[in-house]
Amino acid sequence: MMKGLKKWRLFSLLAVMTVFLSACGEEYISTLKPAGAVGKEQFNLLLFSITIMALVVIVVSVLYLYAFMKARRSKLGDDYMPKQVEGSHTLEVIWTVIPIVLLLILAVPTLIGTYKFADVKAMEEVDEEGNKTALTVNVTAKLYWWEFEYPEQGIITAQELVVPTGEKVYFNLKAADVKHSFWIPAVGGKMDTNVENMNKFYLEFDEESEGLKDGVFYGKCAELCGPSHALMDFKVKAVDRAEFDQWVAAMQSTEGATASADSTDLGEQTFANSCLMCHAVSGVGAAGAMGPNLTAFGDRNRVAGVLEHSKESLEEWVADPESIKPGNLMTGKYGELSDEEISAVADYIMSLSVEQ
Amino acid sequence: MSSVAVSNKKGFGATLWDYLTTVDHKKLGVMYLFAGTLFFAIAGFEALLMRIQLMIPNNDFVSAGTFNELLTMHGTTMLFLAATPLLFGFMNAIVPLQIGARDVAFPFLNSLGFWLFFLGAIFLHLSFFLGGAPDAGWTNYASLALYSPGHGIDFYVLGLQISGAGTLISGINFIVTIITMRAPGMTFMRMPLFTWTTLISSTLILFAFPPLTVGLFFMLVDRMFGANFFDHTMGGNTIIWEHLFWIFGHPEVYILVLPAFGLFSEIIPVFARKRLFGYSSMVFATILIGFLGFMVWAHHMFTTGLGATANAIFAVATMAIAVPTGMKVFNWIMTIWGGSVKVTVPMLYALGFIPSFVAGGVTGVMQAAAPLDYQLHDSYFIVAHFHYVIVGGIVTAIFGSMHFYWPIMFNRALNEKLGVLTFWIFFIGFHLTFFLQHFLGLMGMPRRVFTFQADQGWDLFNFISSIGAIMMAIGVVLLVINIIITAKSKPLNCRDYWGDGRSLEWAIKTPVPFYNFKQTPLIRGFDPYWLEKHDGNKEGMIYAEPLGDIHMPNNSILPLVMSIGTFIAAFGALYHPDGVAWSIPVIIIGLGITVASMILRSVKDDLGYHVHVEEVIATEEHLYGKGGNK
Repeated sequence: MMKGLKKWRLFSLLAVMTVFLSACGEEYISTLKPAGAVGKEQFNLLLFSITIMALVVIVVSVLYLYAFMKARRSKLGDDYMPKQVEGSHTLEVIWTVIPIVLLLILAVPTLIGTYKFADVKAMEEVDEEGNKTALTVNVTAKLYWWEFEYPEQGIITAQELVVPTGEKVYFNLKAADVKHSFWIPAVGGKMDTNVENMNKFYLEFDEESEGLKDGVFYGKCAELCGPSHALMDFKVKAVDRAEFDQWVAAMQSTEGATASADSTDLGEQTFANSCLMCHAVSGVGAAGAMGPNLTAFGDRNRVAGVLEHSKESLEEWVADPESIKPGNLMTGKYGELSDEEISAVADYIMSLSVEQ
Repeated sequence: MSSVAVSNKKGFGATLWDYLTTVDHKKLGVMYLFAGTLFFAIAGFEALLMRIQLMIPNNDFVSAGTFNELLTMHGTTMLFLAATPLLFGFMNAIVPLQIGARDVAFPFLNSLGFWLFFLGAIFLHLSFFLGGAPDAGWTNYASLALYSPGHGIDFYVLGLQISGAGTLISGINFIVTIITMRAPGMTFMRMPLFTWTTLISSTLILFAFPPLTVGLFFMLVDRMFGANFFDHTMGGNTIIWEHLFWIFGHPEVYILVLPAFGLFSEIIPVFARKRLFGYSSMVFATILIGFLGFMVWAHHMFTTGLGATANAIFAVATMAIAVPTGMKVFNWIMTIWGGSVKVTVPMLYALGFIPSFVAGGVTGVMQAAAPLDYQLHDSYFIVAHFHYVIVGGIVTAIFGSMHFYWPIMFNRALNEKLGVLTFWIFFIGFHLTFFLQHFLGLMGMPRRVFTFQADQGWDLFNFISSIGAIMMAIGVVLLVINIIITAKSKPLNCRDYWGDGRSLEWAIKTPVPFYNFKQTPLIRGFDPYWLEKHDGNKEGMIYAEPLGDIHMPNNSILPLVMSIGTFIAAFGALYHPDGVAWSIPVIIIGLGITVASMILRSVKDDLGYHVHVEEVIATEEHLYGKGGNK
């Protein structure tokens, strides 16, 4: 009877926690509204541990309040002399053993999860033709932007990660300059991008991002990396496999695309003269560019990761990047541009798109 | 020399000289307390600026670069230059009295430890005026630190190196003091909990600061001479910095929180009028926490990319720390249980501490679950967690103990009414600031961000959090006002101010004479003063020796001179990478001053002096009137 009652209490506590916690945050960024298997498991572990911990806090608080209320001198009188108790072995054993048991219970899912999320063996698996079976994305974190290379597909993009839903996506993570950390809160936990070694982990995207407010999940840099650490955002577009393949094909078809300095279009001309050194407009290539690949810029969601996706924002950015992202590496690399050139180049960049 | 004791009217210059040269643990305790309060106020102000910046989205109150300087200096100052010296203040003022000692084992080193800490702290803060403060976080992760332009990081490295040496010296001093200077009968298992936690925490300092020293030295030569310990393009490795830093950094948490536990273990029995419940298990838990504290550093690095087994081991080890910590909490509750609780200001802080610290502890266990930590790490959840531990555990201990020990340290009592008001404003402000930050973290907000966009659902909680921070600031201002008011109040000249004192420090009448106990006391059991008091001993102690001449150490200016030498040398090292011609001479002059002082100290015997019996009697009559300390 007592045991049943206790279970019921635990269950109701769990239910309250679930309702309370899932009311929190926006679905495109909150860890409390997980949209992928990894994030869901981590959320479940959160619920499980927070329930145990809430139980601990409640028990301690009740004991403490009870002890205090009964022992107030204002009630007992100034002369009351309490019995000077040394301690109790029984009690010591009880409050040593119970926490150990609770921790052992918590340790089980912890250990399972630790090994599970570290398992990236499938990255190396190949089919009969020698092609990798799993999708791998090489992430390079750079001072205040993200480069995403798809080595098997031979394509590269930046700032907006495109991934298929319903399968494990593996990531190779590295930083190009200082340490950063790759985090998509709504999809799963983070992993640091170190400067000297490649970290590997996987995430799963179960829900398409189409229905979200901006049509994307928000990604963050989670390790202090300099003045613009707070602005080092990226976005994640999760689409079904067919649409993903379509996108890959569209990116691959931009092979060889470039901007011409002889173009009649002032924007393309300016781009070729001032921007092309760092920014490619072909989606085919390998990682290691100086600046974000702009092939799919028109399809993106933000300018520079944080500004509204509009021509005006882009002009503002090109005119003075330092005022928007202090410490960025673009400032001062392309000389003075006239207002006319800035407007034209903004038009040109906004027109770069691989989606219909 | 000895006549200093009796004459009490001194000019400003003489008083200043006295404080610059003092080796008296009580005066050094007061100096630690005020220096710590100064840096606490500075770091608190930095926090306030950050919270104003984060009050609304896309705010431009402070710039991105400045914000990073603020967050770095806030963390560094609070841990190294505020919490540590404030706790050292109590250790210095109280521990020798608790064990019935004349002073610490090495009074000269005690003074040296203070001046190194203080000048290191000043050096670090000069960075604000000399080209910018450090901006790579208090953790100073190597890749960002090496990349950081200007001299900010050099200030961090050199300032902490100097003040860290001071901390290490003080730690060693306390270990020796507690092991060798206990009064007859004060066995280890009769030592008050605060003395125990000071001993364990000093031992942690002894083992934890060397890794930091090594890490800082590597960083120093990397930046000064391009030694490439951490530069990965030259074969260095930045992860080694993370390990070195956290091998120090995690025990550092326990270095601070154990004395806080000790202080509460003194406060609670006094105001519950009841013996500390489960004393021996409290001692055992302290030692166990200290030991386990060294086994868990990599839980700060779960997302660094260590192997699954490494993460698993550190996860389980971290969880294990919850067990001894839980023992302590239950023992405190059982001390209250069946007692007679008087709700004074120190007790209010203790009562506020228990639930706050438990809340901070359980979120720590949640982060120990490595897979969950992948989400929590470097988010605002962490910010909330460690502020619950540090503010809820350590700051409440410091504020509570200020009220608790003010009568012994200053012979005056802080105002209770103002204290109660301060407590409530500070306590409510604290929960308002940090409780919602757990949820900000869970909602995806990374830590150390200078601003945030409006469309992420974080606006309201950030706003409330900033309001809480303002309340905390008001609380601290009230505390400072209380201290100022109290300075003008009448001296207490009493024994056992709170009426229910238990350990030896309450047996001595205030003001405490410069030689502490006129005769070394004899300890007959745990809670010696309580024991004597309830055996009807009006004097509060019995003595192990007849009244005789007292041997005391001489004051010395050398510790200050030595510290100034390192301070000067640090400027040479700082500007050396700029290629200025004077850098090497300045280093040589600075270190020359230090070494010359050391040689002077070594070759010139300083045997101290004796306070003769007649002077002791005269001092006691001067302080307490006829009959002396009866």
